[in-house]
Amino acid sequence: MPSVLPLGDPAPADGLLPPQAAAGAQDRDFCLYVHIPFCSVRCGYCDFNTYTAKELGSGASQDEYAGTLNAELDLAAKVLPASGLPRRPLSTVFFGGGTPTLLPASDLAAILGRATELWGLAPAAEVTTEANPDSVTPESLQTLAAAGFTRVSFGMQSAVPHVLKVLDRTHDPERVPQAVRWAREAGLHVSLDLIYGTPGESVADWETSLDAAIDCQPDHISAYALIVEEGTKLAAQIRRGEVPGIDDDDHATKYELAEARLAAAGFGWYEVSNWARTEADRCRHNLSYWRGDDWWGAGPGAHSHMGGVRWWNVKHPAAYGQRLSTGVSPAAGRETLDAATRKLEHVMLQTRIIDGLRTQELGPQGRNAVAGLIADGLVDGPAAFDGTVRLTLQGRLLADAVVRRLLED
Amino acid sequence: MSPMARTAPVPAATDPAIIRNFCIIAHIDHGKSTLADRMLQLTGVVEQRDMKAQYLDRMDIERERGITIKSQAVRLPWELDGRTYALNMIDTPGHVDFTYEVSRSLAACEGAVLLVDAAQGIEAQTLANLYLAMENDLTIIPVLNKIDLPAAQPEKYAAELANLIGGDPEDVLKVSGKTGMGVEDLLDKIVRDLPAPVGNADAPARAMIFDSVYDTYRGVVTYVRVVDGELKPRERIQMMSTRASHELLEIGVSSPEPVPSKGLGVGEVGYLITGVKDVRQSKVGDTVTTLNNPAPESLGGYADPKPMVFSGLYPIDGADYPVLRDALDKLKLNDAALVYEPETSAALGFGFRVGFLGLLHLEITRERLERDFNLDLISTAPNVVYEVTLEDKKVVTVTNPSEYPDGKVSEVREPMVSATILAPNEFVGAIMELCQGRRGDMKGMDYLSEDRVELRYRLPLAEIVFDFFDLLKSKTRGYASLDWKADGEQVADLVKVDILLQGEQVDAFSAITHKDKAYSYGVMMTGKLRELIPRQQFEVPIQAAIGSRIIARENIRAIRKDVLAKCYGGDISRKRKLLEKQKEGKKRMKMVGRVEVPQEAFIAALSSDESKDKSKK
Ligand SMILES: Nc1nc2c(ncn2[C@@H]2O[C@H](COP(=O)(O)OP(=O)(O)OP(=O)(O)O)[C@@H](O)[C@H]2O)c(=O)[nH]1
Ligand SMILES: C[S@@+](CC[C@H](N)C(=O)[O-])C[C@H]1O[C@@H](n2cnc3c(N)ncnc32)[C@H](O)[C@@H]1O
Ligand code: SF4
Ligand SMILES: [Mg+2]
Repeated sequence: MPSVLPLGDPAPADGLLPPQAAAGAQDRDFCLYVHIPFCSVRCGYCDFNTYTAKELGSGASQDEYAGTLNAELDLAAKVLPASGLPRRPLSTVFFGGGTPTLLPASDLAAILGRATELWGLAPAAEVTTEANPDSVTPESLQTLAAAGFTRVSFGMQSAVPHVLKVLDRTHDPERVPQAVRWAREAGLHVSLDLIYGTPGESVADWETSLDAAIDCQPDHISAYALIVEEGTKLAAQIRRGEVPGIDDDDHATKYELAEARLAAAGFGWYEVSNWARTEADRCRHNLSYWRGDDWWGAGPGAHSHMGGVRWWNVKHPAAYGQRLSTGVSPAAGRETLDAATRKLEHVMLQTRIIDGLRTQELGPQGRNAVAGLIADGLVDGPAAFDGTVRLTLQGRLLADAVVRRLLED
Repeated sequence: MSPMARTAPVPAATDPAIIRNFCIIAHIDHGKSTLADRMLQLTGVVEQRDMKAQYLDRMDIERERGITIKSQAVRLPWELDGRTYALNMIDTPGHVDFTYEVSRSLAACEGAVLLVDAAQGIEAQTLANLYLAMENDLTIIPVLNKIDLPAAQPEKYAAELANLIGGDPEDVLKVSGKTGMGVEDLLDKIVRDLPAPVGNADAPARAMIFDSVYDTYRGVVTYVRVVDGELKPRERIQMMSTRASHELLEIGVSSPEPVPSKGLGVGEVGYLITGVKDVRQSKVGDTVTTLNNPAPESLGGYADPKPMVFSGLYPIDGADYPVLRDALDKLKLNDAALVYEPETSAALGFGFRVGFLGLLHLEITRERLERDFNLDLISTAPNVVYEVTLEDKKVVTVTNPSEYPDGKVSEVREPMVSATILAPNEFVGAIMELCQGRRGDMKGMDYLSEDRVELRYRLPLAEIVFDFFDLLKSKTRGYASLDWKADGEQVADLVKVDILLQGEQVDAFSAITHKDKAYSYGVMMTGKLRELIPRQQFEVPIQAAIGSRIIARENIRAIRKDVLAKCYGGDISRKRKLLEKQKEGKKRMKMVGRVEVPQEAFIAALSSDESKDKSKK
């Protein structure tokens, strides 16, 4: 998650949620996100809430971190019932970062273990960790699998050395197929993250990366257009003219290329930046985000959502550790969405995924906009005829514009 | 040295022989208002502790810009040789847009202090205002100001002044409005040299209205100079042009705050309050008389100021249209030069076509509308007025390019000006080149002194009113000054250039230009719009056309990507807020056909780079 926190209302010290959070909870999946805020180096494009120092103080250092995080899980297990939410087994768990695999696999296992004790895992639960290719070994992956992890997502980004260099990535491209093989041997499902449109990346470079990713035979691929986040080293380099800026047309070309290559290799898109080999290989955790399910986000800066209540934790690991050590909720702020805002979010998120949006969920103006969107080639005509607004390839590239048109009033 | 007056002469009981009416006239920034400050101080009408620089520049905009926009009249007592005189001093604006303010003020005076910056010498408005004063047959006191400046060349410019007015350079007074040096001598000289007003005290009252100001608290305040007879409170007065009569609720003098009096007699300058709410009922140039004993003949009036440039003013939020209408009505109360009528633009909605005296007047009016009435406005590119004769001999007056007749045009006439440019002689070549490029016709050239030249040109107004002055300044390292006044019209080879977005004409961008400049306008505007209009989901051609002939073309390529790559749990709130902001932003979009044009693009495209920073002329 981006490290700049939104503005919201203050959150109470006991972490209790407003009544709205509990309404209808039984019908929503319950998920857990665990944030691990450590990396060995900070990549120039990245604005995630992550730190390279080993020692951060207040129970936030790498070797004390699992204990601190478990304290938040314990808090969650009290807050949820106290706020009227039913006990639900976890349908998915996702360890993200930062680089979760920078912690010993046994720490990750311990956190997962605590979560399982507190809530239990639903049958066929999906348990993912992000990982940097050079932060795993066959043994660590075995340990994770044995602890109940089912899936690993590697930050491959590119297969081309000069592109990896601009991205400040430290791994050897050779390491990726190797790590994928180890993960497979451990029985884990595998996803690869790619970034396209890096300054200096040619179309041929991107083809090389796509082919290399496909050759690894993962179950799932995420391909992200490089976002120049404010305040990052990359943004400064572009501003100073040290590296060329990014070009939306180049992004569009590369997105189209990704769709063509991935489709030919048997991957189907299911979200703007995500493709999976089969429906079962889609990332259920991320789908829960887009479908408006409930999740608890644990860790500094982590965001949570329960029934239209969104909240987020204090950003710095030391502040986070400090709060938990004194029994205070680490929540920094929150917002309770009204019906109209939830509707807007629903349109915004649902449009991005292959499920699409039911036409009847739109207002009269939005429904009127659909015909124009079909005419412009952005929305699939036959699907709309069946009552679903689903993006075409061109529509995916212009998804934000489509959402604005659907929400016009 | 004259001591400060101990007893000021009482209005209504003042012998005309001890009255002196004068105004201070000069080129812009030569120090009129600062000199007026010293006079306010020396005569004791403003206490030391209340004093502030350019005391009489009271409007916010005057203070911020450091220029005078409205004339101000003040009654000052001054003692000389044991006698106390009543001086009426009028501080006038120097900017060419407000020349009409100067001419009104002159009509209330017998004399004028012609002020010249001793470091700059004579400039174009020095001449223009001097000629105006001479036409009014005023006695002129030439004065060099700012002699405290190290760069001052009093001897040189005293000679220039003497040359111009006729007289001895020795007689040119040298003062500093800043230090006060020489100002007492100047006041003495005003008393000695200026004629006292003459009038018939026993005749029916006649007073000339030289200013009329709307004040929220007091209603319309009318400034008059009494010529004959006397005006007294609670008398019924009559406006001679309309025969409308009003009761005189209050009468008095400004000193500089209003001081009610028992009346105003021959030669006196003061104000009247009748309770009317509209300055049009108390029109500048009209003659005031009394209902009981009306004068048979009015004093000569002045011509209404004539708007020279027109621009469309549109509220950015269409719902503000009634606010804009009321705001214009209110400003009009204080600004006889402001004319407007409603118009609609396909691109901009409902607004007004407003006539101005020049670009500074436009800028100031717009600023006041925005500031005082909390409006956000778009003003379209300013243009001059054209007289278009159709083949059927019908004549159409075009104040808005989009009204340019489509039918068969037999002749187009454009307004002309006669312009005076003063500059050191080394720049003559550059100035001539500039004027020729602007279709100017040289009418004459004179040496004012060894190295200072006056060039006279007849030029189309449209060629000088926008960017000409800036170019002139830059080509002469800031040394040239310019003055102009309307001078008839001429037939010219003019065309209307339209701008089309996706084939749809955008009326707000149409312009009437000389045939030779149509192409460069087209290229400039289409280029600008290509930069300003964001890419849309489809390709947008931008064309410039004369009739059906395309003269320039640009293209905005369709946008191919508009999606945020990542939207996970922690991104959702941020992304939603962005979306809400974009939805809000969409309200500030104007639709031209299917093309979304941000307001900012209209504003940026219409605020020609030239029209910026025009305040100082
Ligand atoms: N050094 C010096 N500066 C002066 C003197 N008189 C005026 N100034 C400066 O000249 C500038 C213009 O002065 P104003 O009094 O506003 O001039 P103005 O003629 O009233 O200007 P407009 O009303 O805009 O035409 C100001 O910065 C004054 O401080 C002077 O005697 N000496
Ligand atoms: C939390 S990050 C990182 C996981 C792991 N630390 C790594 O870098 O391999 C998840 C993914 O987001 C993507 N990402 C991060 N910053 C990005 C940016 N500025 N623009 C586009 N994608 C980005 C990268 O593909 C990255 O693998
Ligand atoms: S390793 Fe991953 S989380 Fe860490 S800085 Fe790089 S992209 Fe960000
Ligand atoms: Mg002034």
